[in-house]
Amino acid sequence: MRHRVCLTVNGKAEEFDVEPRLLLCHLLRAYVGLTGTNIGCDTSQCGSCTVLMDGKAVKSCTVLAVQADGCEVTTIEGLAGADGLHPIQQSFWDNHGLQCGFCTPGMIMTAVEILDRSPGATDADVRHGLEGNICRCTGYENIVKSIVAAGARGN
Amino acid sequence: MFPSQFDYHRAASVAEAVELLSSLPDAKLVAGGHSLIPAMKLRAAQPAALVDIGRIPGLSDISSDGDSLVIGALATHTSVADAAAVRGGCPMLAETAAAIGDIQVRNRGTIGGSLAHADPGADYPAAMLALGAEVTAVGAGGERTIAASDFFVDILTTALADNEVITSVRVPCAAGGAYLKHRHPASSYAVVGVAACVGLDGGDVASCAIGINGVTGKAVLADAAAAALCGGPASADRIAAAAACVGDAFDEPLGDLYASGEFRAHLAGVYTKRALAVAAARAG
Repeated sequence: MRHRVCLTVNGKAEEFDVEPRLLLCHLLRAYVGLTGTNIGCDTSQCGSCTVLMDGKAVKSCTVLAVQADGCEVTTIEGLAGADGLHPIQQSFWDNHGLQCGFCTPGMIMTAVEILDRSPGATDADVRHGLEGNICRCTGYENIVKSIVAAGARGN
Repeated sequence: MFPSQFDYHRAASVAEAVELLSSLPDAKLVAGGHSLIPAMKLRAAQPAALVDIGRIPGLSDISSDGDSLVIGALATHTSVADAAAVRGGCPMLAETAAAIGDIQVRNRGTIGGSLAHADPGADYPAAMLALGAEVTAVGAGGERTIAASDFFVDILTTALADNEVITSVRVPCAAGGAYLKHRHPASSYAVVGVAACVGLDGGDVASCAIGINGVTGKAVLADAAAAALCGGPASADRIAAAAACVGDAFDEPLGDLYASGEFRAHLAGVYTKRALAVAAARAG
């Protein structure tokens, strides 16, 4: 049995006909063609598939597409505006907040919520907030620095 | 990985969810899905149908009458951790909710789902036991209330019938409580979690309850340790002596690659000591 799913992705209303078992991350990558949302662990631990669903950071590998019906989804591709990179993206650029870059979309989407909840987030706040995002290259130092700097600059 | 095939039904009401659960073979409830979907992706769970209760109106409300909190089954861990009524009336419960998983998990996972899944490494069960909470569920025969001490039956097993739906949890308010956990570094589940409640009367401990998860298949109350602390001051020596009694609560500690049963039982003593000290300080 297939289901009709309507959702807004990065501001654009989209409609899909999906199997119930389709995961939101696969919908975004295979149906919408937005491959910035990466799938890292598939066990709900690594956070590289993090997107915003109705403004909240969620792991899109642990949400069924049918559960996202009617929701507004923002992916890494939806952050940058007409005037350039999102401030958190710019801060990752400025502070060299990545090495291989695989975890980066998830890190940035989680950072959006961290700074949304705590605009003046400290180093400790950011490290606590990133518990659900794993990076296997950087040792986190420049990721944390990037997010703290983005917060200090008013996001 | 993606789950094996299943049919999907979205229930508009609790009554409809109960009816679907009663009529569909091998159906499972899903709300936030943060226990069930990972299990389905590993094919550890392969239900024939999912009944989605995630959008039933009114099931995520949190209210307080001053003596106890009533938390709707669909309240996410984030909303429990952030709710002013919870933070003010029962800080240990807010602390427990904030200790679950990570931001993304807390945004989707629900209190009803966590309790119904009854994972030995879940955080809420210890708090529910220590606080003396009651689970309200609706089934084909109507509504009933289940005390937390009767609710957790075994590993991943509760007193719920297959077609019962948790609608809310009633949690007595308590100022003197603390929840501390030894967090698994990858999964964030509790290797051991201890929820302690302490009530003081004139400087002496008048009441005490200690819930512990992570050591055995289901969360347990450490009654001997709690009794050992009552009837005297919450001094460091008396807290240490009480914490030394927690082993009585464990029939059969479970071990895995990360932590043996013996290590978990040891940690339970360490975390009980710490949680009692914080709870007693908050009670005073």
